[in-house]
Amino acid sequence: MNANLDLDTLTAMRLLLVEDDRDAAEYLRKAFREAGHVVDHAADGEEGLALALADKYDVLVVDRMLPLRDGLSLVAELRGRGHATPVLILSALGQVDDRVQGLRAGGDDYLPKPYAFTELLARVEALARRGGPQATDTLYKVADLELDRLAHRVTRGGKEIPLQPREFRLLEYLMRHAGQVVTRTMLLENVWDYHFDPQTNVIDVHVSRLRSKVDKGFEVPLIHTVRGAGYMVRAGLA
Amino acid sequence: MTSAPRVPLGREIAGAAVRVFGQLSRLVRTTAFKLLAAYLAVFAVFAVSVIGYTAWHTRELIQNQVADDLDREVRYLADQYRVGGIQRLVYVIDRRSRRPGSSIYMLANFQGEVLAANVSDLSLGLLDAAGTRFTTYNRQDDGGASRSHVAFVQVFILPGGYRLLVGRDIEERDTLRDLVARPAQWAVVLIVVLGLAGGVFVTRRVLKRIDAMTATTETIMAGDLSGRLALTGTGDEFDRLAHSLNVMLERIEALMQGLKEVSDNIAHDLKTPLTRLRNRAEEALRTARGEEEWRAALETTIEESDGLIRTFNALLMIARAEAGQARDNMTDVDLADIAENVSELYDPLADEQGLDLTVTLEPVFVHGVRELLAQALSNLLDNAIKYGRPPEGERGRIEVSLKRDGGHAVLTVADSGPGISAADRERVVERFVRLEASRTRPGSGLGLSLVAAVARLHGGELSFADNAPGLVASLRLPAKVVRDGASATADLASRR
Repeated sequence: MNANLDLDTLTAMRLLLVEDDRDAAEYLRKAFREAGHVVDHAADGEEGLALALADKYDVLVVDRMLPLRDGLSLVAELRGRGHATPVLILSALGQVDDRVQGLRAGGDDYLPKPYAFTELLARVEALARRGGPQATDTLYKVADLELDRLAHRVTRGGKEIPLQPREFRLLEYLMRHAGQVVTRTMLLENVWDYHFDPQTNVIDVHVSRLRSKVDKGFEVPLIHTVRGAGYMVRAGLA
Repeated sequence: MTSAPRVPLGREIAGAAVRVFGQLSRLVRTTAFKLLAAYLAVFAVFAVSVIGYTAWHTRELIQNQVADDLDREVRYLADQYRVGGIQRLVYVIDRRSRRPGSSIYMLANFQGEVLAANVSDLSLGLLDAAGTRFTTYNRQDDGGASRSHVAFVQVFILPGGYRLLVGRDIEERDTLRDLVARPAQWAVVLIVVLGLAGGVFVTRRVLKRIDAMTATTETIMAGDLSGRLALTGTGDEFDRLAHSLNVMLERIEALMQGLKEVSDNIAHDLKTPLTRLRNRAEEALRTARGEEEWRAALETTIEESDGLIRTFNALLMIARAEAGQARDNMTDVDLADIAENVSELYDPLADEQGLDLTVTLEPVFVHGVRELLAQALSNLLDNAIKYGRPPEGERGRIEVSLKRDGGHAVLTVADSGPGISAADRERVVERFVRLEASRTRPGSGLGLSLVAAVARLHGGELSFADNAPGLVASLRLPAKVVRDGASATADLASRR
């Protein structure tokens, strides 16, 4: 499949939200619906497991502490039965070791509470990987920007853009999620493999450097800043 | 009614008795006293058996000697009879009887008529059969009074039906036995009494010190954490115990102090933004007109709450690092790799702020948590960038270096900013301390506290020195032995 992307390919996702707190669940349902997604809700671990097994979802959003069956056990059970649906674990426990436990149990991403909804949405959309390039694709393409993962080469309009290794990885991650919002913490986690919260805007400076290499001198900007959320690579106007 | 005034006196005595009894029973319950009593009992039993055995043995010895003497004498007298007949025997007995300290003699014919004797009142039946036995007889003492004595006698029947009795007064034997046994008995009694007295004395001394310790600990428990147990300076086990307890108290006091400061600071640093948050929201409700203003108010609210969350997370992380829970997740990590990555992460930001970031690395491994170490370095770099910014139009520098110093890895971040005074260097590590009074620059004020907590978690320390000008922050951590020196060096070369 060609990774060339336009927004229409990003269709609505089917999400399962397993969260026992009624208010939080109601808020998330509404917010996901406003973002154009379909949300089913389960209020405890057993119900969540039953729904996840019975239906096909794009992403599961599972609270870690649940009545009847906790989130980690739900994910482990699901993985044990061969279900590969991406799971994002929400938790009030946000420390390094908690994250490690969550991912070890079979979670694909881990978001500590409290979180910004934009962060959650961006991560859920990144997990769904609808319309984006596949992991096996070796060539990412957005408009006239091309990234060759095998040759480690980036060209725009046929002209090569020399990038530092880290800049290459940054662009690679942004392009893999072209059309989706990518947050600063997602970049720090996926490009640098760190999960802490830097006090300053270190990521912004990296992105602006990358932008000056990729967008400078071209009429159409491809790396966009999404206010209050993060960044997005796409061909259309912001 | 003469007895009336005695009643209170009696009560007083009873009261004193109860008090004494109470003290004694408390004394008796102590471990020291119980131990002493046990030793005493074992020793007493041992002493009594030794003395008993000695007494019994002495008595046996004397008894045997008496029997031997009697036997010899009887045989001699029998010989005399054989040689000179009954007249000679009577003569010999008479002569012997007159000697001082003589044996007891009695010679009778077969009819029981006494032919010669130096004692009276021996029961007649005594002579009926040959053999040895005990009997009593009366003898005139020096004062002239007749007194019953115990004697050990041997009866021998001579040819012709004569009966010869020779005996020995065994009062002497008993006196001798008593001579040995009585002081021994007293000695035992004395040992027990002295032992008990000593026990009471020792136990009371021990009790006094324990009571003093108990009293101190009780005041400490009542809330005065500054109290310490007194040391006598003798270095005995009580001193050692008191010393350990004092060290423990110091640690607890420091922790409590830290906790108090933290809660005070939390109250301040969380309450201030919370109040601001609330005020802004209220103000928006009251005055905001139009969507633009609503939106602006809400955006500020979210920003403020994000700041709160960040402060809260930092506090949690410090608490966790200090509790040492993260120790379970430690692995051998390449500190040079972390230093390089994090420096690279901050390099563009430093550059933008007019700072040249240089990195000098030696390959060092430490046993630790990668995320926390990266966070610690990130905080140090944040700080260096925030406070090391040069004046407009000039370039400053930040130097990150990782060196191996003996068994330690030393990670330093040096800036060329204004630095901090020597007096303030200690304080910066404390939670929430920010040296500028105004809190205009962003940051929770927890950054360096977290670095210090991470250092402690890894068994290391965070220190500050003057960079003339600027500040050098050093993170000193116990290093791991580099297992593959060659590849690490090659790695370093490729980095440069």
